[in-house]
Amino acid sequence: MTRKPPPSRLPGFRAAGYSFNWVGRVGLAVIVFWALIAIFAPWLTPYPVGEIVDWDYFGPVSQKFWMGTDYLGRDIFSRILMGARYTVGIALAAVTLACTAGVILGMIAAVLEGWFDTLLSRLLDAFNGIPSLLFGLVVVAAVGSSIPILVLTLAAIYMPGAYRFARALAVNVNTMDFVTVARARGEGTPYLILREIFPNILGPVLADLGLRFVFIVLVLSGLSFLGLGVQPPNADWGALVRENIEGLSLGAPAVVFPSIAIATLTISVNMFIDNLPTKIRDRSE
Amino acid sequence: MPASFTPYVLVLQRLGIALITLVIVSFAVFFATALLPGDVAQILLGQAATPEAVAGLREAMGLNEPAFLRFLHWLGGLVSGDLGTSYVNNMPVTELIGDRLSNSLKLAGVTTVISVPIALSLGIGAAMWRGSVFDRLVSILTISVISVPEFMVATLAVLIFAVWLGWLPALSYGADVSSWGTMLRAYAMPVITLGFVVSAQMIRMTRAAVIETINTPYVEMALLKGASRRRMVLVHALPNALGPIANAVALSLSYLVGGVIIVETIFNYPGVAKLMVDAVATRDLPLIQSCAMIFCVSYLSLITLADLIAILANPRLRHR
Repeated sequence: MTRKPPPSRLPGFRAAGYSFNWVGRVGLAVIVFWALIAIFAPWLTPYPVGEIVDWDYFGPVSQKFWMGTDYLGRDIFSRILMGARYTVGIALAAVTLACTAGVILGMIAAVLEGWFDTLLSRLLDAFNGIPSLLFGLVVVAAVGSSIPILVLTLAAIYMPGAYRFARALAVNVNTMDFVTVARARGEGTPYLILREIFPNILGPVLADLGLRFVFIVLVLSGLSFLGLGVQPPNADWGALVRENIEGLSLGAPAVVFPSIAIATLTISVNMFIDNLPTKIRDRSE
Repeated sequence: MPASFTPYVLVLQRLGIALITLVIVSFAVFFATALLPGDVAQILLGQAATPEAVAGLREAMGLNEPAFLRFLHWLGGLVSGDLGTSYVNNMPVTELIGDRLSNSLKLAGVTTVISVPIALSLGIGAAMWRGSVFDRLVSILTISVISVPEFMVATLAVLIFAVWLGWLPALSYGADVSSWGTMLRAYAMPVITLGFVVSAQMIRMTRAAVIETINTPYVEMALLKGASRRRMVLVHALPNALGPIANAVALSLSYLVGGVIIVETIFNYPGVAKLMVDAVATRDLPLIQSCAMIFCVSYLSLITLADLIAILANPRLRHR
């Protein structure tokens, strides 16, 4: 009788299908970079954020001011670092809220079926018929702009999409044998949702969360650009572009760098999501 | 039910859903704007107004009626073309919107006419030479445009065409559009920006639709028979991809709605979106409501159109 030698170690990260290619890694690195900036911004800024440090406006890139100065002569580098807090923070809060609510409702709808499902699906579909930037405009017109309102509005805009996505996934899982068995065992809806369905849709839901994060960053920047997002003296990246838009015809770095900051964040999230290991992204299939 | 009626039933169903959606949307727009802020009469008359004056104005404006009744009045007004009166300058909203709407439609129309042919040829080309340098270049460009905000596309366009190359004026809409030349120059920047935003989505979806058809056995058969790559795509694959492509075009055009808001603001273009953003600043609610409804209706019609095309272009529904 021949015995196979036991495997020297468990199948590694790579063999299990969880490895990233380099594009995904670069994306992840940029995301982590901005997350760290958002957390540690107050200790990193070379100048106080609101302080006028240069008597010249729209100053060029220099040794003293790494990214030039803005229309009042404030240091753009410091303002971008602090702006990361608003852009990343608000978008993260909104996407978490939208996806949590959407996914929970989606799973409940898939498990309960019947009138609850139909009613909720129709209602949220109707909600999808409102263009997102417009919805933001109307809400801000009605109640004014503050950070909690921005978070809630953005979450409300993207919740129906998260609902629809999670519901479609959950409906597929719901028909599987192990769910039927659990149901026959007499488990209640909360158990079915949390223990049977949620673990099986987690991967795709996380990928969807990433994409929604990008959309939210875009709409938030758009709102701020219109002057309806984060209010002065605070500024997220969209507001920084708005403040300095007059410098555009001078080609001022004050307009260029906040734009680059937005682009690096959104493009790297897209790169990361697109190159997620298939095992995570398509787990339900 | 005879099988040949199936698509028409689906079409009617879709139209019904669109109508219900429209009612819900108008409900949302009305209540978001009409219920939340403080007393409109008080805002209009200012802090110094006497309570009697405020009460009188409330009565005159019909603000004492239940909200739902006011909603019905407003909806009835919308349907019959009476959009109410602006709070700020007391002019009928229809009059304020009139010219602006035709300006916006012009902008959207010119953009559509220019960007659809370009986007379709780029999308089909990318699918035809899939994996080539051209395809990768198009992919990278479209992904970049999709993942940055609209105002950044506009900013970049200004930087390139106005600041570095100096071909076009930076932030101007010439009020005196006397000749074709000045008109072209006035429209160029907004149209270029909007065109980029709308085309990016369209190119990606067109490419995906054509590639999906190329991957079917019958197209492979054409290739095995010795048809050239060009013939395989244009003669064999394209006719079957037309439905999804038309769907993609309608869906991408709905991006015009969001794009127009940003583009009109940044280029100071006198359209409905600019009017609305200004109205938000002055909290002129009737004007905001009407503009919002215009955008919602156009957005909804484009989305519904996309769905209808998808239903009608699916031959499987016809011969089931």
